[in-house]
Amino acid sequence: MTRVHLAAALDGAGWHPAAWRSPDARPDELFTAGYWAGLVAEAENGLLDFVTFEDSLGPQSSRFEGPDDRVDQVRGRLDAVLVAARVAPLTSRIGLVPTTSTTHTEPFHVAIGIASLDHVSRGRAGWRPQISPRAADARHFGRREFPEFTLDQRADPRIAEHVRLLFDEAADVVEVARRLWDSWEDDAEIRDVATGRFVDRDKLHYIDFEGRFFSVKGPSITPRSPQGRPLVTALAHDVLPYEFAARGADVVYVTPRSAAEAAEIVGRVREAETTVGRLGDPLKVFADVLVFLDDDAPAARDRKARLDDLDGAPLASDALVFTGSPGELADLLLEWRDAGVEGFRLRPAVLPYDLAGITRGLAPELRSRGAFHDAYGADTLRGLIGLDRPAGRYAVS
Amino acid sequence: MTKPGKQVHLAAHFPGVNNTTVWSDPRSESQIDFGSFVRLAQTAERGKFDFFFLAEGLRLRELKGRIHDLDVMGRPESLTVLSALAAVTERLGLAATVNSTFNEPYEVARRLASLDHLSGGRAAWNVVTSFDAFTGENFRRGGYLDEADRYTRAAEFLQTARELWDSWRPDAVAADPARGEFVRPGGIGAFRHDGRHISISGRFNVPRGPQGRPVIIQAGDSDEGREFAASDADVIFSRHGRLEEGRAFYKDVKARMAKYGRRPEDLKILPAVTYALGDTEEEAAEHAAEIRRAQVSPQTALAFLEGVWGRDFSDVDPDGPLPDLEPDLGEGVSKGRAQFRGDRSATVEKWRALAREKNLTVRELVIEVTGRQTFVGTPRTVADRIEEFVRTDAADGFIFVPHLTPGGLDDLVDKVVPLLQEKGVFRADYTGPTLRDHLGLTKEQAA
Repeated sequence: MTRVHLAAALDGAGWHPAAWRSPDARPDELFTAGYWAGLVAEAENGLLDFVTFEDSLGPQSSRFEGPDDRVDQVRGRLDAVLVAARVAPLTSRIGLVPTTSTTHTEPFHVAIGIASLDHVSRGRAGWRPQISPRAADARHFGRREFPEFTLDQRADPRIAEHVRLLFDEAADVVEVARRLWDSWEDDAEIRDVATGRFVDRDKLHYIDFEGRFFSVKGPSITPRSPQGRPLVTALAHDVLPYEFAARGADVVYVTPRSAAEAAEIVGRVREAETTVGRLGDPLKVFADVLVFLDDDAPAARDRKARLDDLDGAPLASDALVFTGSPGELADLLLEWRDAGVEGFRLRPAVLPYDLAGITRGLAPELRSRGAFHDAYGADTLRGLIGLDRPAGRYAVS
Repeated sequence: MTKPGKQVHLAAHFPGVNNTTVWSDPRSESQIDFGSFVRLAQTAERGKFDFFFLAEGLRLRELKGRIHDLDVMGRPESLTVLSALAAVTERLGLAATVNSTFNEPYEVARRLASLDHLSGGRAAWNVVTSFDAFTGENFRRGGYLDEADRYTRAAEFLQTARELWDSWRPDAVAADPARGEFVRPGGIGAFRHDGRHISISGRFNVPRGPQGRPVIIQAGDSDEGREFAASDADVIFSRHGRLEEGRAFYKDVKARMAKYGRRPEDLKILPAVTYALGDTEEEAAEHAAEIRRAQVSPQTALAFLEGVWGRDFSDVDPDGPLPDLEPDLGEGVSKGRAQFRGDRSATVEKWRALAREKNLTVRELVIEVTGRQTFVGTPRTVADRIEEFVRTDAADGFIFVPHLTPGGLDDLVDKVVPLLQEKGVFRADYTGPTLRDHLGLTKEQAA
């Protein structure tokens, strides 16, 4: 039976906006290292392939278009790369995948940050590049003026063009990062006392990237990292982001609502790969599901209903919201697996409660069905996902 | 002048990307493996040091249009490594060098505030500036900044970062499920900065860190740099490692503070220093000379000369006399480092005179004129010197730059620190959890 990959998406107190008000939530610890270390240790004990860390360059909000003044939801986030780095020495096998913006950050800084995470985690770094389309976030940087828009206005041609450009720019950011990660050949450091040379500079390469949005000369200041190229992942809901993922990512997270839709989306992802002329390994398709896990479905539904009441509105999500038992979730995931999905990024509704539901309920359930590993089978995140360590593009073999 | 009770502050610099760091020694290990960072940081913490310091260089250095290949090179992104080090240390301050020219305040402020949270109040920021188009080629804006504006942008950048750190009140996070308040009413993170270099507004998204504001370190030595430090810094990373010039610098900078409403003790002056120890003075001197020879290989000596002369010296014998050629005072051949932007022609004359007088070869001359160790002696004499510098107001302490990765702090921590502790001029243990506590600085409150 084909095994599935499991990842957990960590964010604040969980993915329900009222999660922090749950009985076992730890709202006063969200900005401490101990909180994050505990969550990732739990995920590693459950043998999850990796965890992701959400991030944004503006506060969370109940409105897409900008900040609200609600005081009854979690506000504030720590830098995701630094959270991942903070837990790296405390774990040894699980992959660590932080989110960064591609819109307002410097591609050079992001690339060396992720490479450095790969060094400190000894080969367990991933990355989720993300665009920042909001005008409110752009004002935090004061360098570009973005149009104001709501989610409903995305089809407006002017807004669609704005978003398309941000994805083009994001693709350039990923390309620059991948070139920088390859810009030191693995054996560039020679320490040759006879000639006094620490490096062989013929094995350090300018990347000479010149794009529509920026240029980066290179080489990186950071030597090639244990994985060569950290795992690149992207969340995608539509053709444009599928093509973005197909151009430079290793893993794509998609949001089907049913097995049929999962099959259809996998097909569209494969089409996107053809459209952009993807070479090498096909994208690994992971489905996102937001999960409430309890002993039975009524208990999970009740828990969700109580949180919805506290929040004043039913939970809205781009991903399927699942309420039920680990066994029922396993049934669903295996059905989607048969539709072509290779892994799942599960978003716990409440932390740490639903994360424990994944690690102590779902993972053993899948394992008992032969659909999840019973031990880590590789030392690197690429290895866990079934990808080789790539040779650098500049290396002459 | 005696100041009983004045305490020494000690910090450690991760071995730098330059020829101070000796890579040819068999004991020299990786400059990039996380284990090297852990070993040095944990040694510094064992020695009860105030903080551990990482430098930055955002483009590989070049000489004669090619990547400089003679020195150690390659380094990680500072904040990422420091956040990982926060997991394997408990009290040590963690200082990152972050450029204010090729960054934006919102991102830098949130990353430093994040490190402060993740380390329990141990974050520090060494604010540096650059303006060169050479480094700019790695960044979106290229070489956009005039040299004359580098400090005004840096000052405005720092001011903006402070506004962001202060935008969450210390008690803004209520996390009170009974009242249904995660944050207290009244708005969190609201900011607006309209300045010459930076115009931004909106909501900051990281709550105030344990230190309020991370510790600010500044390293510039120009008049503007000193003024910036006197008004805004908590620590100066100075280059004045000799007693007399140290006292003059100390007096000058501390005197500038009053007009900003600051007390002299609000700013710690920590020169960067190197050292070599021995059981006797003779042994220490021999050890120091060995290190110097390892730091200045024949190829490094020639490269150094080329940087000053601005010419190609590939054919010059490093063990022979100085070449008779005149310097090329054009743009120079060395890029990516801050050296020799001074009067190269005068330097050439001075070095020629010195080489003649002492009959020095090229390599001997470079060994003689560059980077001699600040402290050379037995543990006892070095401890005495450290105490003397601090007692007589030539410094508040030192940032030690070891020459070996990762063992370069071992003898300092094992042999010199205990003597300073015995004298009662250096802490036997940490007394508080935050870097501000170690440095004796007050917790910065929002205005």
